[in-house]
Amino acid sequence: MSTTTYETVIGLEIHVQLKTATKMFCGCELTFGEPPNTRVCPVCLALPGALPVGNAEAIHLGIMIGHALGCEIAPRMKFDRKQYFYPDSPKGYQISQFDEPLCAGGEIGGVRINRVHLEEDAAKTIHAGASGRIHGSEASVVDFNRGGTPLAEIVTEPDIHSAEQAGEFLRLLRTTLRVLGVSDVNMEEGSLRCDANISIRPAGTTELGTKTELKNMNSFRYIERGIRAEVARQTALLDAGERIVQETLHFDPRTERLTSMRSKEEAQDYRYFPEPDLVPVPVDAAMLDRARAAMPELPAARQARFEADLSLHPDTAKLLAWRSELGDWFEAALAASPDGVSPQTAGPLANWTTNELLTRLGGDVDPATSKVTPAAMAQLVALVTARTVTAGAGKEVLDTLIAEGGDPAQIVEAKGLGAVGGEDTLAPIVAEALAANPDIAERLRGGDMKPMGVIIGHVMKATKGRADGGEVTKLVRAQLGV
Amino acid sequence: MIDRTQVLHVARLARLQLTDDEVERMSTELSSILDHIETISELDLSDVAPTAHVVASEGALRADAPRASLDHDVALAQAPDPADDGFRVPSPQA
Amino acid sequence: MTNLTNLTDLTAKAAVDAIAAGDLDAAELFTAYREAAAAEDLNAYTWVADQTPDLSAAAALPLRGVPLAVKDLFCTQGVPSQAGSKILEGYRPPYDATVVAQLAAAGTSLLGKTNQDEFAMGSSNENSAYGPVKNPWDHTRVPGGSSGGSAAAVAAGLAPWALGTDTGGSIRQPAALCGIVGLKPTYGSVSRYGMIAFASSLDQAGPFARDVTDAALLYSHMHGRDPRDATSVGRPDADAIALPTGERLDGLRLGVPDDLTGEGVEPGVWTAFEAALETAKGLGATVERVALPHAGYGLNAYYVIAPAEASSNLARFDGVRYGARAEADDLITMYTKTRHDYMGTEVKRRILIGTYALSSGFYDAYYASAQKVRTLIARDFTTAFAGVDLIVTPTSPGVAFPLGAKTEDPLSMYLNDIFTIPISLAGIPALSLPCGLSEGLPVGLQLAGPAFSENRILEAAYALEQAFAFDNTPSAIGGAPS
Repeated sequence: MSTTTYETVIGLEIHVQLKTATKMFCGCELTFGEPPNTRVCPVCLALPGALPVGNAEAIHLGIMIGHALGCEIAPRMKFDRKQYFYPDSPKGYQISQFDEPLCAGGEIGGVRINRVHLEEDAAKTIHAGASGRIHGSEASVVDFNRGGTPLAEIVTEPDIHSAEQAGEFLRLLRTTLRVLGVSDVNMEEGSLRCDANISIRPAGTTELGTKTELKNMNSFRYIERGIRAEVARQTALLDAGERIVQETLHFDPRTERLTSMRSKEEAQDYRYFPEPDLVPVPVDAAMLDRARAAMPELPAARQARFEADLSLHPDTAKLLAWRSELGDWFEAALAASPDGVSPQTAGPLANWTTNELLTRLGGDVDPATSKVTPAAMAQLVALVTARTVTAGAGKEVLDTLIAEGGDPAQIVEAKGLGAVGGEDTLAPIVAEALAANPDIAERLRGGDMKPMGVIIGHVMKATKGRADGGEVTKLVRAQLGV
Repeated sequence: MIDRTQVLHVARLARLQLTDDEVERMSTELSSILDHIETISELDLSDVAPTAHVVASEGALRADAPRASLDHDVALAQAPDPADDGFRVPSPQA
Repeated sequence: MTNLTNLTDLTAKAAVDAIAAGDLDAAELFTAYREAAAAEDLNAYTWVADQTPDLSAAAALPLRGVPLAVKDLFCTQGVPSQAGSKILEGYRPPYDATVVAQLAAAGTSLLGKTNQDEFAMGSSNENSAYGPVKNPWDHTRVPGGSSGGSAAAVAAGLAPWALGTDTGGSIRQPAALCGIVGLKPTYGSVSRYGMIAFASSLDQAGPFARDVTDAALLYSHMHGRDPRDATSVGRPDADAIALPTGERLDGLRLGVPDDLTGEGVEPGVWTAFEAALETAKGLGATVERVALPHAGYGLNAYYVIAPAEASSNLARFDGVRYGARAEADDLITMYTKTRHDYMGTEVKRRILIGTYALSSGFYDAYYASAQKVRTLIARDFTTAFAGVDLIVTPTSPGVAFPLGAKTEDPLSMYLNDIFTIPISLAGIPALSLPCGLSEGLPVGLQLAGPAFSENRILEAAYALEQAFAFDNTPSAIGGAPS
């Protein structure tokens, strides 16, 4: 067995469908599962004589992405033609950007961005089985509805070193894009697609190894599993003294198998040249200002605000800020807090949201889809903070909220979950517990506080968990005079 | 000068089948045309910016406003092999 | 009403005036042309209207229902638009080219589609998949190209006027060879939307007419910024294309470029050109020498840029969405066989040159260099126009040549466009005006001016036209058809 350890080097290429009303170069509306070839026109079908005209909104959204990722924005929007023959490319070329991407440089989540450029999406090719016309041969059917959808391609530097880091980066990027409102960023529906360039090298060396490209993975989980599988494959090859071949791979999440894909054009020669049908458009101050004015608070800024203004723990702040739907839900609950917005209310509310609620719902679930309203959560946490209910009873209330929804105070009332407290009520129960456990009482009286839990447990059992542990302890000490 | 191999390579990039005779003929003709073109190299172009568009345009973008798409039947009317509401093509894998 | 046999002798302007005055019926005029066009023996038309439409509405519009012949590469809704290619045989577009729609809105009526070199690639109209066009002055000779059908139709009285396109001379050269007026406007001043593209950065639509007035009248309804063509530009002088009236050239400075007019010009053409200069002087113009030091490299740059753009523009003809398809079991063979079987030799030649010029390793030497030469040529013209108002050359180095004379030698064919190509590269307007005969065949005088100087060119051409008093009726000349 080899003793070489390797460092993984990953760069990502992310394609994001932009949320415009119409396609990149024509007025056809974007498709959301309409019947095939109903959102097409002379331009996106590449009929003879048709010409493209750039969608101003797509460029606006592109500039917003550039701002969000800290990129430098190009002084002009210049398009190029990328030539390749394939049925999904009706013109025989894709209008893309080659030497002057709209955005260059930048960084997010510790990963440097190489560039962001705009282009048009390909059409959809659907496998059609055996064709009736040519005996025995297979055929595909092309649907041009998707063809021409505006895309932003985001290319990172090879700054990612593990599958987990890739997943975390993509989650942050997705949240950022979602918060920007530039895309639906739905991987299953293909509005966010990711290719990974993967190589490994002996730890401590700087020369990049031969990379392979993992294409078209449609969920974060598959991306992480695909990268792990590919790193394992490359490691095994190098350990066996073999070479890595540069190729494009497809990861099948069901079989965990990696297969080599045939390339679209055997000799990759895209023959880029400036798109003669589109005159470069200056990106002027007005366009930059408009994009800046449209920028919402981004996850990194939100995390910083949660830490500074609400004194949340960095991990909690990050979790809430990097998952924008979680952050939104949390802030809605905080706004509804009966005790007002302060670090004192935010801390417990954040803990209840990230620990208790998320654990119960399942990590990836958006609480907005549950029966628990932000206001109910705020009330529940206020009841616990005021010790009207104990933490344990609060969790029982939360279970009920998740199962049925409703109002926390009413649930406490209906289920009799209100805290049992006050000396009058608790003192006799404590006395009874001490009487039932004379050995323990003796040890406590002697200053050994370790068995205090036994007494508390006894009281909890008697009160069905509705007593406050602190109050019980106080009463024990008072009754034993310690 | 452009030889047979280069003609075939370029024809493959351009998705153009050529018969042997055509390859031969193109090789000869293209060579003489390219020889003529290559006199450009007499010029010192090192400080010259390329021109892709001769006339500056006014505002070459459009607003993000939908326009009617073609009727489905019209879109498919000229298709050589329409099938399943789409344009059928032979498989690339065959 | 007017005697039917004379109807087709009217210029378009005369017909417009006669219809407006109620002296002529638009439908009667249309019928006269339709019958002539249907019976023609020049192969100028590839499609002729099979009946006379109801012109009562059109007759109320500015152009009064006057018939218009349209080069085949303009898309005409529901009417064959084949661009001279077998790959588009029977193709009927679902939309009208902008300029076609614009002229219909101004009141022209579509008489027919005219023959052309396939995809506008040629200088003799011998590259049409639908057969060569005969020159009305001599049926054994070419009409020029690529808009040969339009030129022949107008020259032979088979249309009052016609639309053509000019990429490197395709309006001016056939106008010269057929003894009529042809205007290539400033690049971008007429929309290219719906023009089946040859070379996007050079293609420009323009009028063919029997006289300068008709050319001005047709162009006055063609230009204008089109939101569907991102390269189109509005004229700085708005809609003011005036019908020319002046008969003098006092103070007009004409420049003759030494660098262009040297070798290769037929003596008879040169004699007619020098006589034209004398006429201009007689009208008050001055003639001086101008330098266009890089114009001699125009052909070189053109035969890189135009084929490169064409190789890309013609990639859409792939047998998938429209047009002819060669049946094959696999995709690649379907592509390569379709493009082999249904494209002509000249088209293939230019696709190969263009693909080569853009391919990896050759881009800088060819395409990038050609674009730099284009810069130098455009600069030459700017400098020259600081000293002269218009530049004049023969339109073509020779008169109409015999059919088949140059088909075996592509380079000699390309040299036909030596005077027209530099102007195309610079994007500036130029007009060809018949100025005399050589060997009984028409000689064209080319007048070129700075961008958007169409009015200046039309004014000068009109004055010269009056002085030349050229009889453009082919049958009046000795070299008439047998």
